[in-house]
Amino acid sequence: MTIIAVASIVIAGITISLGSIGPALAEGRAVATALTSLAQQPDASATITRTLFVGLAMIESIAIYCFVVSMILIFANPFWNHVIAQTAGK
Amino acid sequence: MHLSPDQIVFWHYGFLKLNATIVFTWGLMLVMAGGSKLITRNLSIGIQRSRWQNLLEIVVTGIEKQIEEVGLSRPEKYLGFLGTLFLFVAAAAVCTVIPGYEPPTASLSTTAALALCVFVAVPFFGVEEQGVRNYLKSYAKPTIIMLPFNIISELSRTLALAVRLFGNMMSGAMIIGILLTITPFIFPIIMTVLGLLTGMVQAYIFSILATVYIAAATRDRKPKPEPVQAIPA
Repeated sequence: MTIIAVASIVIAGITISLGSIGPALAEGRAVATALTSLAQQPDASATITRTLFVGLAMIESIAIYCFVVSMILIFANPFWNHVIAQTAGK
Repeated sequence: MHLSPDQIVFWHYGFLKLNATIVFTWGLMLVMAGGSKLITRNLSIGIQRSRWQNLLEIVVTGIEKQIEEVGLSRPEKYLGFLGTLFLFVAAAAVCTVIPGYEPPTASLSTTAALALCVFVAVPFFGVEEQGVRNYLKSYAKPTIIMLPFNIISELSRTLALAVRLFGNMMSGAMIIGILLTITPFIFPIIMTVLGLLTGMVQAYIFSILATVYIAAATRDRKPKPEPVQAIPA
C-alpha cells in the first residue's frame, strides 16, 4: 500500500520536472527565431506575432499534458482511491 | 482541494447533479446573452452611438479581421461560431476576478464539449463549402496512404484542443488554491494576474486554432490562374 503512495509521489515529481525541460528549450528557440525575423521584416510583425503565439501554445501543450498527469497522480489517483476504499471497507 | 468545479455539488437528485460548472456556465451565458440583447436594442447607424454599442462593434470587427487574416474569404459566415468560442472562453477567464467564481473551462467536461463542437464544425463547413465528394477526397491528399493519418490527426487535434484549455485553466485555479493556503496576500494576487493573462491567450489560441482548422477544410484546391502583370511601357 505504501508502495503506491511512494511511487505516485516520486513519479509525479519526475513527470513535471522532466516534462518541462523540452518545451522550455523549444519555446526559447521559437521566440529567438521570431525576434530575428521581426528584426529583419518589421512590416510582417502582425503575422509573425500571431504565428509565434499559436506555435508557443502548441509547444506549451506538451508541458500541460505532463502537468495534468502529475496533478492526476497527486489529487485524483485512482489506485490510491481504490486502496483507501479497501482500507475503509476492512 | 478539488481538481475541477465539477466536484462542488449544490444539489443532487438521483443521478442528476447541479454542480458548480453548470451553474457558472449558465451564469456566463445569461450575462453575455442578456447584456448583448440589452445593448443591441436600439442600434444607431450614425456617428452618435452609445459606448456599449461602440464596444461591441470594436469586438466584432476585430474578430472578423482576425478570421479574414487567417484565410477565410467570407468571415461573416463563420463569425457566429468562432466569435462565440472566443468570447465564451475569454469571459470565463476574465470573470476569475469575481470572488467565489471558478472558471467552468477548468473542468474537462466543458473543454471537451467545446472541442467536440469544433470537431463537428470542421466537416460541416468543409462539406458546405466544397461538397461531400471533394471534402472526403481531401482526406486522401496528398496520397491515399495518408488516409489513416489524416483521420488520426483529426481526432488528436480535438483531444489536444480540449486538454490544452483544460490544463491551462485548471493549473491557474490550482496554483491560486495552493498558494492561498501557504503564503499571505500579495503572491496569490500576482498569480491571479498571470492566470488572467494565460486565460486570454488560451481563448485567442482556441479560436485561432479552430479558424485554422476550418480554413484548411474549406480551402479552394483548384489552382488559380496566374494574374497577368501589367508592365508599364
